[in-house]
Amino acid sequence: MDLIKIAEEAFKTESKEQPSFGAGDTVSISYKIKEGNKERIQIFKGVVIQVKGSGSAKTVTVRKMSGNQGVERIFPLNSPFIEKIEVNRYGKVRRKRIYYLRDLTGKKARIKERRM
Amino acid sequence: MPGLIGKKIGMTSVFSADGKNIPCTVIEAGPCLVTQVKTVETDGYEAVQLAFDEKREKSTSKAEAGHFKKAGVTPKRSVVEFKGFEQELNLGDEVTVDIFAEDSFVDVTGTSKGKGFQGVVKRHGFAGVGGATHGQHNRLRAPGSIGAASYPARVFKGMRMAGRMGGDRVMIESLKVLKVVPESNLIIVKGSVPGAKGSYVIVEM
Repeated sequence: MDLIKIAEEAFKTESKEQPSFGAGDTVSISYKIKEGNKERIQIFKGVVIQVKGSGSAKTVTVRKMSGNQGVERIFPLNSPFIEKIEVNRYGKVRRKRIYYLRDLTGKKARIKERRM
Repeated sequence: MPGLIGKKIGMTSVFSADGKNIPCTVIEAGPCLVTQVKTVETDGYEAVQLAFDEKREKSTSKAEAGHFKKAGVTPKRSVVEFKGFEQELNLGDEVTVDIFAEDSFVDVTGTSKGKGFQGVVKRHGFAGVGGATHGQHNRLRAPGSIGAASYPARVFKGMRMAGRMGGDRVMIESLKVLKVVPESNLIIVKGSVPGAKGSYVIVEM
């Protein structure tokens, strides 16, 4: 396992500072989108459902409500397309993976804020 | 081809500059020591025998111990012969991962994971028999007919059937070298490599 970490380290170019966050937190992720040869930045804002994996394979699943429809996106945290991650709100949840949020809507889907 | 003996450490993935997620395998290759130099005069062909990974004196047979002693190296677990080294190698010399260049291509040989006794669908890629419904009984993954009737009145040799799968020597050719880390004797290649984690592989140029 250690040797794998060394191997992953070898590929790191510049260490992008990323804030620490976990399930229940509300984040907005700015990521680059390529359209033809134009590049623009889109922001996806939602609640973190889970943080999965470690090292260069770490991903985060973010869920947001788009109108009445729940939308989830999985972002690889080490992808060069990720421009910036901003934590908007820290949430107070009891588990590491809050899948139960998928079944909740409206007032039930609220998450208590965690005071820092 | 010149190469090294290595150990498969495991797989991970890295992002390329253009944002592609590339699967890669980490191999701890070498340092290998030369235990025998074969020449045209003595053996009829040119080759170099390399040895890798420390082994206890206790678990070394006397014949092996003598062979390693002659080369002046400690007993090793894996011994493989290579051809075509450019530089002059003598007994006891060390060959390190430096011989590989980044962005070059290597072939990796290993022993594939054993799968046990498997049927024809998994072992040979047969399609099985149609669907599970419409009166189908219990022949879903059966091989079907294995030959004709009174002529030839036998099953031909080499007919693909169920049996032991895996555990074979497999070579994966033309894997791209993504990175070489000489400090930790690591070589990182694109794609997968046969065998389980911790198994020995041969990395050749």
